[in-house]
Amino acid sequence: MTRHHFKDHAREQVLVFRRMLVAFSFIVVLSGILAGRLFYLQIVKHDVHVARSNNNRIALQALPPNRGLIYDSRGRLLAENLPNHRLSIVRERVTDLDATLTQLSELVELSEDDIERFRRQLTRSRRPFSPVPLKEGLSEEEIARLAANRYFLDGAMVEASLMRHYPYGEVFAHSLGYVGRINIEERRVLNESLYSGTEYIGKAGVERFYESALLGQPGSQTVEINARGRVLQVLERTLPTPGADIQLYLDIELQQVAFEAFEGRRGAAVAIDVKTGGIIAMVSSPSFDANSFVRGFSTADYAVLRDSYDKPFLDRATRGQYAPASTIKPFLGLAGLQAGTTTWDATINDPGWFRLPNDDRLYYDWTWRTRRDGHGTRVGMVQAIEESSNTYFYDLAFRTQLEALHETLDAFGFGRNTAADVHNPARGLNPSRDWKRQRHGMPWFAGDTVNLGIGQGFLLTTPLQMSIATAVIAREGEWFVPRLLKDSSDPELLAALPEVQAHIELDDPSHWGRMASAMRRVVHGPRGTARRLAVGIDYEIAGKTGTAQVFSIEDFEEFDSEQTAERLRDHAWFMGYAPYNDPQIAVAVIVENGASGGGIAGPVARKIFDHYMAQPRDEVLAFEY
Amino acid sequence: MNIKGYVRTLPTVNLGSQRALSYRLHLDLPLLLMLTLLMFAGLVVLYSATGGNVEFVQRQGIRILVAFGAMFALAQFDPRTIQRWGGVAYLGGLVLLVAVLLYGTTVNGAQRWLRIPGVITFQPAEVMKLAVPAMVAWYLARNELPPRFKHLCVALLLIVVPTLLILQQPDLGTSLLIISSGVFVIFLAGMSWWYITAGLLGAAASFPLLWLFVLRDYQKQRILTMFDPEQDRLGSGWNIIQSKTAIGSGGWDGKGFMEGTQSQLDFLPESHTDFIVAVLAEEFGLLGMLLLLTLYLAISARCLMIAIGGRDTFGRLLAGGLTLVFFIYVFVNVGMVSGILPVVGVPLPLVSYGGTSIVTLMAGFGIIMSVATHKNV
Repeated sequence: MTRHHFKDHAREQVLVFRRMLVAFSFIVVLSGILAGRLFYLQIVKHDVHVARSNNNRIALQALPPNRGLIYDSRGRLLAENLPNHRLSIVRERVTDLDATLTQLSELVELSEDDIERFRRQLTRSRRPFSPVPLKEGLSEEEIARLAANRYFLDGAMVEASLMRHYPYGEVFAHSLGYVGRINIEERRVLNESLYSGTEYIGKAGVERFYESALLGQPGSQTVEINARGRVLQVLERTLPTPGADIQLYLDIELQQVAFEAFEGRRGAAVAIDVKTGGIIAMVSSPSFDANSFVRGFSTADYAVLRDSYDKPFLDRATRGQYAPASTIKPFLGLAGLQAGTTTWDATINDPGWFRLPNDDRLYYDWTWRTRRDGHGTRVGMVQAIEESSNTYFYDLAFRTQLEALHETLDAFGFGRNTAADVHNPARGLNPSRDWKRQRHGMPWFAGDTVNLGIGQGFLLTTPLQMSIATAVIAREGEWFVPRLLKDSSDPELLAALPEVQAHIELDDPSHWGRMASAMRRVVHGPRGTARRLAVGIDYEIAGKTGTAQVFSIEDFEEFDSEQTAERLRDHAWFMGYAPYNDPQIAVAVIVENGASGGGIAGPVARKIFDHYMAQPRDEVLAFEY
Repeated sequence: MNIKGYVRTLPTVNLGSQRALSYRLHLDLPLLLMLTLLMFAGLVVLYSATGGNVEFVQRQGIRILVAFGAMFALAQFDPRTIQRWGGVAYLGGLVLLVAVLLYGTTVNGAQRWLRIPGVITFQPAEVMKLAVPAMVAWYLARNELPPRFKHLCVALLLIVVPTLLILQQPDLGTSLLIISSGVFVIFLAGMSWWYITAGLLGAAASFPLLWLFVLRDYQKQRILTMFDPEQDRLGSGWNIIQSKTAIGSGGWDGKGFMEGTQSQLDFLPESHTDFIVAVLAEEFGLLGMLLLLTLYLAISARCLMIAIGGRDTFGRLLAGGLTLVFFIYVFVNVGMVSGILPVVGVPLPLVSYGGTSIVTLMAGFGIIMSVATHKNV
C-alpha cells in the first residue's frame, strides 16, 4: 500500500470525529454506571443507610492491646508498661479551643511543648471524634481537679492507658531501643486496623525489630453515646490480645558494668556468650534516657542531645564503623596459614618498617614513634601477635594477596550483617578489587593490601561484628546465630531465626589452638601489648589490642599524642575472650580517641570479664524462662 | 449519516457569532456559563461541608477567580502557539519532576512539592496534566493519522516517563490521570481497535505483576478495603463506610441544605476535599446528584463539540483529550466516594476545596476555548 506524502486532512477529520463519538458514548456509559450506583445506594439501599446513619450514635472504639514485656536473661524487666493518665481533647466537641486550653492550663500544668505537639497532631488527618492527647502522666491531684471541673470542660477527657517505661533508661537505650509516637510517615504505611487506638510504635533497637510480635492484636467495643458524645453503655466487646513477651540474652548487671566502665567516654562494647551466641551486653556510650522518647522530648532537651559533638544518639555498637587496626591480625594470621603463605615456624626480619619491592615508600611499625629497631631480627607469628608487629603483617598480607584475605575476613562475618535480630546494623566494609573499582574508580594497589595487613585503609568494622568474629575464633571456627532473643511467649519468633552459616574449616585444625595461645600471650606473655590486664587476675584471657588511626600521619617526624587535639587521637580497640581454656564470653571494645588499645580499651574489657567470671556459673544457667 | 458533509460545513457554523463580544474575547459562552454554575454550586456545598465556614468559602472563591484568570489567559493564545510551547512545557515539566525527587518538600510522607523559598510552593505534576496531552497531540498530529506502530510506541514513551517520575513521589492518583490524558489523545488519534483490545488485555494481565511488585502495602490495603470495607472498619474502611452511609441516607431528595447528619456531625472524613460529593448526595439526594452529573455531562458534550470543530488535528486531539480526562476525574471521584473504585485521592473537579486542581482544570478549559475561538486560517 502506498502512503500519502501529504496528509489527507478530510480523512483525518472524519477519523477523529468518529472517535469523538465513541468517546462521548463512553462518557454516557460511565455516567450511567455512576447514576446506577447512586440509585442503588440512595433508593434501593436507602433504608439500610438511614439506619446506619442513625446508628452512628453507636460508636465503635478500638481497645489497644498491651505491648509485650521485655526481660533480661534472668527474667528481670527491661521494658514494662506503667499505668498512665492522659488528658485528651475531642476536637469535634469543643466549641472554642483556645478558651478550653486556657481553662485547662489553670487546672493542670501545660508546657509550650505540650500545646505545640497537640496542635500539630490536630492538623493531621485522623478519624473524627478521636481524642487527641494533650498531656501525659497526669498526677493524682490533677486528675481530681479535672474530675471536679468536668462539667465545664466539654470535649476534654482523662483517659487511662499504659505507658512504656524503661527502668534502666540510658544503659539499654541503644540496644533495647524505645517506642515513640507514631508519626505521619509510619501512619501512612502501617496496617491501620492493627494500630487503631495504639499511640506508640517501636522506633529503634529490639522494640523496632520485634515490633510486630510485641504489638499484639487490638480488640474493639461498641458503645452507645449521647448527642454530646458521652459514653452511656458498652454494648459489645472483643478483648485485645496482648503482644508477645520477649526475653533477651542481655544481662542487666553486665550491661551496667560495661556502660559504667566507659565513664562517659565515647565508645562501645559488645559481649557474646560463646556457648550460645547470645549477645549478653551491648552498650554505646554516651547515651540518653530512652524514656524521654516515650514521654516526648522538650524541644530544648532534644536539641542539646542532637547537637552534642559526642553524638549520644549514635549507636556505636552497631552503627559505628571503625578501622579494626591490629585486632584484625589474628584473623589475617589464620588467612595466611590457610593460604600457605606462612607457617608457625617462619620468621622475618623486622627492622621497624616494611618496603614493597620496587617501591621507595616505607610502611612503619607502630613502635617507630618510640624506638627505631622494630621487634627484632627474627619475628614469627606468635611474637607478631603478642607484640603486634606491623612489619610481620605488612609482609604477610603482601604475600597472601587480597583475595585470600578477603575470603577469610568474609568467613568471619566482616563486611556483612550476620546478627539475626539487631535492628539496622552497619555492614562495615571488607574491601575487594571490584569494590574499589566501583567506589573509587581505581585499581587495587599492592599498598592497599599492605595497609589491610594492619587493619587500616579501607577495612571497616563495627564493634558488634568484631565481637561476633571474636566468638567465632573462640569456637575454633564454628558459627552460631548471633542474636539478642533468648526466648519468647511466641515460639514462632525463635523458629524464625535464620539458619547458621557455614563453619570455618581450616586444613590444619591445630592452627586454632596455636592462634589462641598466641592471643593468650597478648595478655599473659612477658611482652604482650595488653600485659597490664593480667595484673591480679585469676583466670586467663586471650585477646588482641588495636590502635586505629583517626587520621594518617604522613611522616612520623613530630608526633606527640598529648599535643594532638583529643578528637584526633587514635581509637583504642580490644577484643578477646575468657577463660582461655574454656571460652565462655567474647568481648569487643572500642574507645574513641582512647589513644592506646591496651591502656584504655583493655581495662573496659577486663571489667566486663571480671564481672562475668565472678558470677556463679550455675545461677546463670539455672534460670528457666 | 453523511459525516463528510457535516464536517465540511463546520467552519461556517459559527460565522454568525464571530462578531459577538464573547467570541472576540475568545470565550465560549455556553461552556463559560456551565462552568460558572458548577463552581457556584461547589461553593454552596463547601459552605455546608465546612459547617458554615465563610472563611473557607472566601478562600475558595479567590482561587476560583485566579482559575478564571488562568482560563482567560490561555484562551487568548492561538492553538498554534500552544502547539509550539507544549513541548517546552513538557521538557520543563520533566526537569521539575526530577527536581522534586531531588529537592522536593515532603508533606504527609509524599515528596510532591517544590519550594522556592519566599516565592512559591507548587506541584510540578500539575503542569504535566496539561503538558503530557499537549505533547502527545503535537507528536501524533505531525504524522499521518491513524498513527503507525512506531509512533504509538514513541507516544507511549512520552506518557510513561513523567508517569514513572510521579509514581516515585508517590502519587498514584495523579499518575493515573496523566496516563489517561495521554492515552485518550492516542485513542482519539485513531489508534487501531486491535491495539486497544490488546492493550486492555495486557493491562488486565499485568495487574497481578503490579500487585506483586509495584503497589505498596497501603495501596493494596485500599483496594482490598474497597471490596470489603467491613474488614477494616476502624482503619481505611471508615471513610468508605461513612461516605456510602452519607450518600445512601440522602435518599431521593436529600436531608436538606446544612441538614446532613453525617457531614455536620463530622462522621464523614475529608468532607470538604475529596469526599465533598458525599455531602451533596446526603443533603440534596439523588435529585441533586443527577443534576450534578447532567451538568458534568453537558460540559463534556460541549467540549467534545468544540474539539470536533477545531481547526487542525492538534487542537482537536488536545481539546478532546482534555475533555475526556476531565470526565475521568468526575468518574474516579464519584466512583471512589460511592465505593466502586479504590480511594486514590482524586478531587471532584471544580467542586472540591483546594487550589491547584481548579487552576489546572480551568487552564485546560482555557485551551479548549482557544480551540473553539481560533478558526481563521
